Amino acid sequence: MQVLTSSARETIESNGRGDAAQRWATIATATAAIAFGISRRSVPGLCLAAAATPLAYRGVTGEWPRLANGRADDTRAALGGKAGVLVHEAMRVEKPLDEVYAFWRRFENLPQFMTYLETVTDLGNGRSHWVARGPAGALVEWDAEIVNEVVNKVIGWRSLPDSDIVTAGSVNFTPVRNGRSTQVAVRLQYAPPAGRAGSWLATVFGREPNQTIREDLRHVKQILEAGEIPRATAEIV
Amino acid sequence: MKAVCYHGKEDIRVDTVPDPTILNPRDAIVKVTATAICGSDLHIYGGYIPTMEKGDVLGHEFMGEVVEVGRDNHKLKVGDRVVVPFTIACGHCYFCKEQMWSLCDNSNPNAWMAEKLYGFSGSGLFGYSHMYGGYPGGQAEFARVPFADVGPLKVPDSLTDEQVLFLSDIFPTGYMAAENCQIKPGDTVAVWGCGPVGQFAIQSAFLLGAERVIAIDRFADRLDLAASGGRATALNYADVDIPEALRDLTGGQGPDACIDAVGLESHGTTLDAWYDRAKASMYLATDRPHALRQAIGCCRKGGTVSIPGVYGGWLDKFPLGAAFAKGLTLKMGQTHMHKYMPLLLDRIERGEIDPSFIITHRVTLDDAPDMYKTFREKADDCLKVVMKPGTHH
Repeated sequence: MQVLTSSARETIESNGRGDAAQRWATIATATAAIAFGISRRSVPGLCLAAAATPLAYRGVTGEWPRLANGRADDTRAALGGKAGVLVHEAMRVEKPLDEVYAFWRRFENLPQFMTYLETVTDLGNGRSHWVARGPAGALVEWDAEIVNEVVNKVIGWRSLPDSDIVTAGSVNFTPVRNGRSTQVAVRLQYAPPAGRAGSWLATVFGREPNQTIREDLRHVKQILEAGEIPRATAEIV
Repeated sequence: MKAVCYHGKEDIRVDTVPDPTILNPRDAIVKVTATAICGSDLHIYGGYIPTMEKGDVLGHEFMGEVVEVGRDNHKLKVGDRVVVPFTIACGHCYFCKEQMWSLCDNSNPNAWMAEKLYGFSGSGLFGYSHMYGGYPGGQAEFARVPFADVGPLKVPDSLTDEQVLFLSDIFPTGYMAAENCQIKPGDTVAVWGCGPVGQFAIQSAFLLGAERVIAIDRFADRLDLAASGGRATALNYADVDIPEALRDLTGGQGPDACIDAVGLESHGTTLDAWYDRAKASMYLATDRPHALRQAIGCCRKGGTVSIPGVYGGWLDKFPLGAAFAKGLTLKMGQTHMHKYMPLLLDRIERGEIDPSFIITHRVTLDDAPDMYKTFREKADDCLKVVMKPGTHH
């Protein structure tokens, strides 16, 4: 993942060189995670294995893999590479563009459909504070800023330095069927911070990241179209 | 409350489970006054339906009295007498708006499971596996009905439960199967399977203007009912060669439309049927499509094969070449219940049909385990079992 702001990169670099014992512990942890992930023979398992691979690299080399050829403090260059985790999903909503856009742009609405979010607080000036809770109950917090917004078209954001996670993403809104429906397309990139690879995946993306985004989008569609998220039991799936 | 629960292949039990509660704003809770065992419940009973779990409440044909409504449900009132469609639909997505209610986008909480298997998910269903939502079914004293402001159909007191209960599935299912045949005056329609859906398909084909309906089965009681009540020409495939008989009856042309009201557990006496049984028994195939193969083989050129019978997986030796060579139209899928229920209620009210003609067994919920077995074995001339939860022996 490439959205390494300069301060996040510094954090990673400064943590990057441990002593031999720490390095072997890192290798052992990564190997176990990769083996367990592969043994699951499932997509989430493979994601875990994939997520642990940079950890193994760090254990062997003492450094995190270099994620981009460009300068590390250049977010745009960092975003352009092939490494890291990129998730993209799209969903069609049977509602006009402005309604869908307005619902999404009101960040306080997000926990309604991103069920792992506790709160999203709009801090003004395009900045927001996010709190997520995972199955283990651990809280992950980060601040984000809008880096691109065209009303009724696109919202782009990235996390700010000193966040628990490093992420950037965008959501595009496209009217179709003579404006009767709206296509919502999400692209999300993220990098687990040093030492938190597994916990972040387990906390925020309790399952396959693509599937999580897909369920989020499905919830948006269900709320806007049907007025409620369907459930067969008290919990929302 | 008392509920009929799945415990494994051929293991159905009456359990005591918690009463359902309102979970969503558009919900309603219905006190079930009548519920039936569907032929497709037998696919669950036989272990053919994946993602069933121990303790799942069965049943998707039910009706009753509304006892509670959610805060956003402005359509139903406590005390309303309703029939509940077996498909759950939100009423506002693209598919609902286009009258493809059984393909609703928003009613299956486990849509991802069906997406893994089929690419996309249909609507949620009552009591029909977790892949279809994991909704507790209606073979119980109470049932929670999601999106109850668009699904349940209010029925007049002038009609009995037995007259309207089958609006919950099999009458609309048989009717849509016939409507899918695009029947023109003078047409001949052949129907494989004279179970409840087949019987309603036969009746519906006549209602829609078929000149002749040919009923195919091997059980005398079912063929008799199709012939007497349904005015159909009966063919027993244990006695006659079906393709030859159909050619004879249609002057060598073949039926204009063929309906497969059998589905994935088809039984047959020809070589391919034994091949299917052998393969399915070794888990090399999931479905046994003997009736469907024969329907495709017998249908006239340019005709329609309509499939209300349920299929779940992969078909072996599917004669697509014959379907292509003859330019057939194949129509299938779960019934778009919400579209058909009001117009079929009108037909019942006008006296054009009394759906209660198929009922052979009237029992209590406690009898469910025995009745699943009886129905599956087609013992005791069993055609349709209706259970009345409020009653006792």
